[in-house]
Amino acid sequence: MSLTRVNAISPFKKKGDIAPPRKKLKVPRLFIFLCLSPWLFGIIFFTAYPMVSSFYQSFTKFNLIETPQWVGLDNFHRMFFEDDDFWKALKNTVWISAISIPLRICFAIFTAWVLTKPKRGSSIYRTIFFLPSMVPAVAATMTFTYIFNPAYGPINKLLQAIGIKEPPFWFMDPAWSKWGLILLGLWGIGDTMIIFLAGLLDVPTSLYEAAELEGASGWQSFRYITLPLMTPVIFFSTVTGVIGSFQYFTQAYVASGQVNDYSHSMYFYATHIYYSAFKAYEMGYASALAWVLLVITLLCTLIILKTQKRWVHYPNGSLFK
Amino acid sequence: MSTYTPEKLAEIDAHSRKARRAKKWNQFLHMVGNHSLLIGLSAIFILPLYLVVVISLMSKGQAETRSLWPHPFVWHNYIEVFTAVPFLKWTLNTLFVSLVGTIGTVVSSVPPAYVLSRLQWKGRQTTFLVILSTMMLPGQVTMIPVYIIFSRLHWIPSFLPLIVPSFFSSAFSIFLLRQFFTSIPDEISDAARIDGCSEFKLMMRIIVPLAKPAISAIALFAFLGSWNDFFGPLLYIVENQDLWTLGIGLNAFQGLHHVDKNMMMTASALFMAPVIIIFFFSQKVFIEGVTLTGVKG
Repeated sequence: MSLTRVNAISPFKKKGDIAPPRKKLKVPRLFIFLCLSPWLFGIIFFTAYPMVSSFYQSFTKFNLIETPQWVGLDNFHRMFFEDDDFWKALKNTVWISAISIPLRICFAIFTAWVLTKPKRGSSIYRTIFFLPSMVPAVAATMTFTYIFNPAYGPINKLLQAIGIKEPPFWFMDPAWSKWGLILLGLWGIGDTMIIFLAGLLDVPTSLYEAAELEGASGWQSFRYITLPLMTPVIFFSTVTGVIGSFQYFTQAYVASGQVNDYSHSMYFYATHIYYSAFKAYEMGYASALAWVLLVITLLCTLIILKTQKRWVHYPNGSLFK
Repeated sequence: MSTYTPEKLAEIDAHSRKARRAKKWNQFLHMVGNHSLLIGLSAIFILPLYLVVVISLMSKGQAETRSLWPHPFVWHNYIEVFTAVPFLKWTLNTLFVSLVGTIGTVVSSVPPAYVLSRLQWKGRQTTFLVILSTMMLPGQVTMIPVYIIFSRLHWIPSFLPLIVPSFFSSAFSIFLLRQFFTSIPDEISDAARIDGCSEFKLMMRIIVPLAKPAISAIALFAFLGSWNDFFGPLLYIVENQDLWTLGIGLNAFQGLHHVDKNMMMTASALFMAPVIIIFFFSQKVFIEGVTLTGVKG
């Protein structure tokens, strides 16, 4: 294509000349193969083989030392009918995702929307809002368990100062520990917020001006212009949120280590896989857990994909037709 | 025209001036409202960081009294933390893993992204789809067999399981680079090819320099990804204390002898500091990277 375009500006071109057929570029096969080889090696040894292998292991009993023993569906039977920790972990994971995914999206829209308001100085606020999402998870979690500690952390003192007489014990109380983790997640909203901010800035101002002329209130223009145009971003963050929540590990692991979480209130699905594989060395069982995780994640994603026709609005047609 | 007497004109003028003043006043109120909301939110976002810093400067006794201001300032904490625990060693370990990992990611992700975006070949779309789907694949599914491979190689505990995989491309980095490479006009490549430039030279001499922003974005994400990583080190190096990274060391902090609570915050502050400094110098690269792909690291 572009070669003929080069031809078009050539000084030798006379009126009425037909451009010579474009010389076909030779596809440099060897070059392509060499360039892809690191990725190919990686996908074979770190993705494809491990997937096949863990699928096989999920039907075996395997302790890393002896050879895997075929046990059929035993692992899955055990998971659903005998393992209380599995149900505990699943319940905790579903609970925290059901609350934190919508909450994160609302908070991200809110912070992004506030950032679009001022005419000047919004970049300073943007930096401040984004900063916490950069903080290493271990450091952030340790900080939160410290400052939210009812005995020596200053947060409860501040809450008392603003009139909350009996603030919760946060990470020390099994009924409140998950809320501590949710707050920790909301503090690191920055990266989600930036995606929403980019989306908000893409909304043509002419739409808002038209709405204002028609006498729409601030809420109406948010509800009928901003929100519909944000649905693709909301959809995207819901999908990544669901995938992410089943892999939620570091914060919960560090926090429960800090406060001795005996009642397992911060025991999530990924934690259960970790303990089964690397503390109990039940590799077969852990692989079965991982495959169930994959199936659950895929099912959730499919359900969200199915519903998107009803609520996701793509200005230029759907991405997933 | 005659209806507009000077009095009437003056009245209209006064009226419109009043309206203009009211509008200005309204705008001013809006601005004050917006900024106070933003300042309030900023205070909430800053609060935990502020508390880490002030508690890290308190004495052991004061750190447990819920105070909001150090009295006196114990600057010595920042020296003591290096002797109380092998903090320097942890930092150097983390730095080593992160730097090598970053080099590996960049070197091994640029070529696949190049052929995926700048060359036409059969199977290109399929390859790209495979890369996208591996990005969505939960790590738990592959984690155990990969662990077994490394343990058979007798690489546990060592840094190798943390750095070797980065030399075999990261799906996320390929994706980000590909998005950027695609935006470079094809004419540039065509011109170079007509001049007889080889494909390798074209990639290294023309496309890579043009894609500097995207390459620095993936380098930053890779660096921070390993700097902040906890799960990888937890699997592969926890058994050997000499190899501990900051995340592992910090998590083990409270179990170590003679380590006070305020030291924990001092160490946390030192762990966060490089990330925050890097962020201040490279904000633009970050935010563009997140916006380009919709994900972080």
